[in-house]
Amino acid sequence: MFEELGTTAEGDMLINIGPQHPATHGVLHLVMTLNGETIKKTEPHLGYIHRSIEKMCESLTYRQFVYVTSRMDYLSSHINNHGCSLAVEKAMQIEVPERAQVIRVIMDELTRIASHELWWGAMAMDLGAFTPFFYSFRERETITDIMEETCGARLTMNYICPGGVMMDLHPDFQKRVKSFISLFKSKFDEYNELVTGNIIFQNRMKGVGVLSKEDAISYGCTGPTARGSGVSSDIRKLYPYEVYSKVQFDEVLETGGDSFSRYMVRINEMLQSIKIIEQLIDNIPEGEFQAKTKAVLKLPKGEFYQRVETARGELGIYIVSEGGTTPHRIKFRSPGFSNLSALGHMVKGSKIGDLVATMGTLDLVIPDIDR
Amino acid sequence: MFIIDYIKDIFKGLKSLLTGMRVTGYYFTHHKEIITEQYPDNRATLKMADRFRGEVVMIHDENNEHACTGCSACELACPNGTIKIINKFELNAEGKKKKAIDTFIYHLELCTMCNLCVVACPTDTIKMEPNFEHSVYDRSKLTKVLNRPGSKIKAGVE
Repeated sequence: MFEELGTTAEGDMLINIGPQHPATHGVLHLVMTLNGETIKKTEPHLGYIHRSIEKMCESLTYRQFVYVTSRMDYLSSHINNHGCSLAVEKAMQIEVPERAQVIRVIMDELTRIASHELWWGAMAMDLGAFTPFFYSFRERETITDIMEETCGARLTMNYICPGGVMMDLHPDFQKRVKSFISLFKSKFDEYNELVTGNIIFQNRMKGVGVLSKEDAISYGCTGPTARGSGVSSDIRKLYPYEVYSKVQFDEVLETGGDSFSRYMVRINEMLQSIKIIEQLIDNIPEGEFQAKTKAVLKLPKGEFYQRVETARGELGIYIVSEGGTTPHRIKFRSPGFSNLSALGHMVKGSKIGDLVATMGTLDLVIPDIDR
Repeated sequence: MFIIDYIKDIFKGLKSLLTGMRVTGYYFTHHKEIITEQYPDNRATLKMADRFRGEVVMIHDENNEHACTGCSACELACPNGTIKIINKFELNAEGKKKKAIDTFIYHLELCTMCNLCVVACPTDTIKMEPNFEHSVYDRSKLTKVLNRPGSKIKAGVE
């Protein structure tokens, strides 16, 4: 399977990027065929962080398997938990109280902002700008503090559970989210001043890693990667769940298909998330935060599928139930895997320096790809 | 014309670089904007959130009594086998046999702080504490017995 590294018969060079390369953000291993500096072929090799989460889930009950999914795409752990809870609720036909629905959506959008902030800092760091990382983490820290106060954890929350949410909101929650919104709005111009408006940055991003609309569809790209190519793929708009059908927000679309378009989609998505939170934060209905459910959940026999929009794209949860307390089979359709498969097509024929600029805008989280 | 465009580009780049440097310069000169906390030095003033999940503890009152009936609901709820409960039978005042806990073993090294055991507990005996400094030299020190020596169940808890 692995060709020997070195020079091939045609005079091309085979080199490894990763699995321990600072620009790959984790254990992504790319075997690249290079002709001089031009990329001829890119082959991702996966499996370095495979934890067999899907198999693990088969031995866990429907309450227990939710927490494991926080470890897949750890930057949008709330949304993963949300998807799993929705799938279980769909199967059991549990009616979630409206208060829980609103809390879940606010948490989802806070997670999306936190994830995009981290991506923004890490991507700028890939391109050689180190200080944006500190600025993005400064605002992200405010969100993790809010999460810590309400959910009790900073990264792997396990706050959304089948039937609602685990605990009620902290009394300070609304006040702190409002102060975060005003803080974020005042600091957002700094982001554009530092990175987006920079001519050097724009020249490195424009026209690099172009993915056409047709290719984005045929590779199965979702999320900001597809929306940067003009494919309308926002699950929150197309198949609304919870209270997304009641809030006003725009699906951010760019038509360029290059790295800069993907960059702009994510930057503008942060503003849309702020818009959603602003509409909901003053209108959290009173009532129960959890539906009355049995201690042991039993799903009826059948197959259930639920899709949610994570910070990276569409996450699908497919449960096959035999009627017992544990699932017979669980399959996760992770957004990162499909987005990564388009990487080889995007960088073919470009220079190796552009690989980092392209990979940075895909926002890859390797545990999500490998599971 | 190519040369002129090239030189223009360089100046444009320099200008946008200076625009970005203005942000950096602002924070360089305004020290009250610094939000970094010097962690090991600020331990005296460090306040964790009340709900922060650091470890599982058992609530004991001043008479060294707890509310654990040994029902094993937490043991069943745990996804990792972190909790192990060993029960014993005690004779109560009327001479009847009654179930009570002997040891409540908690493996901190396996715990992922998912809070499922606390939710499952019917008598609210266990809770999460915000203590997060768990480093030890020997792994066996992370296996803890949560019920204190000599403690017994509160009267009236079934």
